[in-house]
Amino acid sequence: MGDVRMTQLSPTSTGMLSNLNTLLSRYAESMMWLARYMERIENLARLIEVTEAFVRGPDGRTVWETIVQINSDEGRFQALHPAATEQDYIQFYITDLANPSSIKGMANAVRENARSARPLISTEMWMHLNVFTRWVLDLDPSDIRRTGLSALCNRIKQDCQTHTGVTEGTLYRDQAWLFYLLDRHLERSDQITRLIDTRYHTLLPCEEEVGSEIDTTQWASVLRSAAAYHAFRRLQPVTTTPANVVGFLLKNEGFPRSLALNLRQTDAVLAALSAHYNLRRQNYAIQERLSELRATLEDQTAEDIIIRGLHEYMYWIQEQIEAIQNEAAAAYWPPIEKLHVPECYMEQ
Amino acid sequence: MKSNVLHSQAQEAGIFSAYHRPEFFCELMNRGEDLPEALRQVQERLAHFDIKELRHRTANAETQLYRLGITFTVYSDREAIDRVLPFDVIPRVLTAEEWAFIERGVQQRVKAINMFLWDIYHDRKILQDGLIPADLVLKNANYCQAMVGVDVPGGVYVHINGTDLIRDRSGRFLVLEDNARTPSGVSYVIENRHMMLRLMPDLASGMPLRSVEDYGLRLHRALCDVAPKGVENPQVVLLSPGIYNSAYFEHVFLAREMGVPLVEGRDLLVENHHVYMRTVAGLRPVHSIYRRIDDAFLDPLAFNPESLLGVPGLVEAYRRGNVTIANALGTGVADDKAVYAYMPRIIRYYLDEEPILGSVETHICAEPEGLAFTLANLEKLVVKPVGESGGYGLLIGPHATESELEDFRQRLLDNPSNYISQPVIDLSVAPTLCDAGVEARHVDLRPFALTGKSTWVLPGGLSRVALRKGSLVVNSSQGGGSKDTWVMSV
Repeated sequence: MGDVRMTQLSPTSTGMLSNLNTLLSRYAESMMWLARYMERIENLARLIEVTEAFVRGPDGRTVWETIVQINSDEGRFQALHPAATEQDYIQFYITDLANPSSIKGMANAVRENARSARPLISTEMWMHLNVFTRWVLDLDPSDIRRTGLSALCNRIKQDCQTHTGVTEGTLYRDQAWLFYLLDRHLERSDQITRLIDTRYHTLLPCEEEVGSEIDTTQWASVLRSAAAYHAFRRLQPVTTTPANVVGFLLKNEGFPRSLALNLRQTDAVLAALSAHYNLRRQNYAIQERLSELRATLEDQTAEDIIIRGLHEYMYWIQEQIEAIQNEAAAAYWPPIEKLHVPECYMEQ
Repeated sequence: MKSNVLHSQAQEAGIFSAYHRPEFFCELMNRGEDLPEALRQVQERLAHFDIKELRHRTANAETQLYRLGITFTVYSDREAIDRVLPFDVIPRVLTAEEWAFIERGVQQRVKAINMFLWDIYHDRKILQDGLIPADLVLKNANYCQAMVGVDVPGGVYVHINGTDLIRDRSGRFLVLEDNARTPSGVSYVIENRHMMLRLMPDLASGMPLRSVEDYGLRLHRALCDVAPKGVENPQVVLLSPGIYNSAYFEHVFLAREMGVPLVEGRDLLVENHHVYMRTVAGLRPVHSIYRRIDDAFLDPLAFNPESLLGVPGLVEAYRRGNVTIANALGTGVADDKAVYAYMPRIIRYYLDEEPILGSVETHICAEPEGLAFTLANLEKLVVKPVGESGGYGLLIGPHATESELEDFRQRLLDNPSNYISQPVIDLSVAPTLCDAGVEARHVDLRPFALTGKSTWVLPGGLSRVALRKGSLVVNSSQGGGSKDTWVMSV
């Protein structure tokens, strides 16, 4: 991946030496949120689209509940829509601005963070986000009916991917870029564990069938929800077993949304921050935690993970990612009472 | 001879065919004399466009400005609306001689303003000599007690100044007001040029235009010039109220052009009377602050205790000379509309020179004669509240109804010292693309001057245009638009 190579450039070659360490904490925070929300929007759009087309219950009806489960929104959603219709699910996740995990709610957050980080991000990034978020914020249920759910989700997905491309091509490679990458990879790690956790148990409630071949269509929908279907096919052309699918999504080193790849890239980002921006002290706790996380993943096969308790492991990983994000916040934007003037600046 | 023939043909052709020769001084079409060569060339090129084409390009400009987010935010009760400042595709042109004159005039004025501010916060000689009423200065709402006796670096109070200029019927440049607090609009000067070059390459190509590109660089240099003594590589920041401020785009623009962080109050911290910013690597010292926050909100310890925008302890750090704030606090006395009336005297007093730029005759309603004159001639005058900006709360006598005049008469009697009055000036006009074609609309000009070790004036400035027919109010909040301002280098 280009990202990793770029993060390994030495500060001398990027001309950053004289201006080290001036990234405002608030900017780092905004860059992280920007990456996180754009990832989430893309994931949610893909999930809605795949769910509509492929996720069916035994009665052949679309199982929208899985989206609620992935987002841990059960309580809130049921309170609002005790007898939910398809329209309720779609509106809750696309046009309901009051729902912070809806596409509109997240676009609003993207917009605020992009405005905060506007002095830092490229004009092209800002221009695209400006137009995209305004469009999303103007969407209403009639637009969904008119455009069709699938076409709408595709357009949203494409806008997210355009954002990723514009960012890759235009954002200056300094700390801001690294903080952006940090949360992109953490978010992808989190998302993949949520997808596996939720879908695995709806598709395979009992453990005996772990190695057996099962309903291909439904497992394919899991892969499609992560944009992994064709990559998986290339690798495993004959058998689709639950363990194979889980193993691919968790441990494959080439798939851009796999847990293993994203944890490795998170590690590379932290290494670059430590080495080139003198942030070793701030990163220490985070890097320790991440090493442990990666070790548990490398030491187990997919079958081990499933037999020992897939749900427990996925939940533990989510907890670790949350802890990393909290540690990053404590290290990079600590509360005011924890701040001290470094000695070298005492006598000015 | 040949050029005169071309001249008249061009005037009759194309977009100007229906242009009503206005009785006012027209920046492009009627200067009461032979048109300078530079303007003739612009006029001729413009004449070859047709209206449809200009409209197409205008629509294009609007889309681009919206996409780029070159907008200001208007807040209503429920929502925030991002507005584009309407851009007129026909430039406003200044000759090299006109510019040289404006530049000298602005430099002179900025110098006098800075000397005046030093004086009123130190020895107050001008007050002792009785040139200006002491109350007008010392009891002025913008007079800042915290600044008394503070020695600002280089004696500079107003690092960034905007001078609003208008032209009367004879084309003479007059200062309408000074903006010595936090003048805004410079981002539009530069963005308008970019828009012009993108949209009208066929008009601009090969024209000898003075560049507006290095404003950010010059601003950064000026802010480094005035950094506290002994600091080698000063850290400059731009302090903004944040993303909800209506001028946030300009703050972003300037921070980027200078290559410095845009900070909010919560990003800064004062410890031991030094200012620091919160970075991912911990606290880092800050030396020069270009603030786009009003005095009253800068420091809750010094002023408004409710302010969440400011930085507690900032003013004391500043008073001790550990950080420079630009513009300085308390500069509002200098751009007060009543103090304006004394500006010619202020210039003569400190510089022993005649003012280069003219002033508009001003009646101070705080003074009995001024009030009496204003009340007797209300229907002929423009009456302005002294503390307001943005074109709010003013009365234009000739355009007012009987009841509006009556209402204002009462306000004047209730609080005379809040007002000044001036005769209505026939602002110059410039051809502007309007619904009915290219028509004459009134314009003004706000050149921006930067002062560090010396004063530099950005060639051109913001040309604002009143888009409503006959209107004299050019403010963006009151239906104004803007034009690219061309200063010719030859």
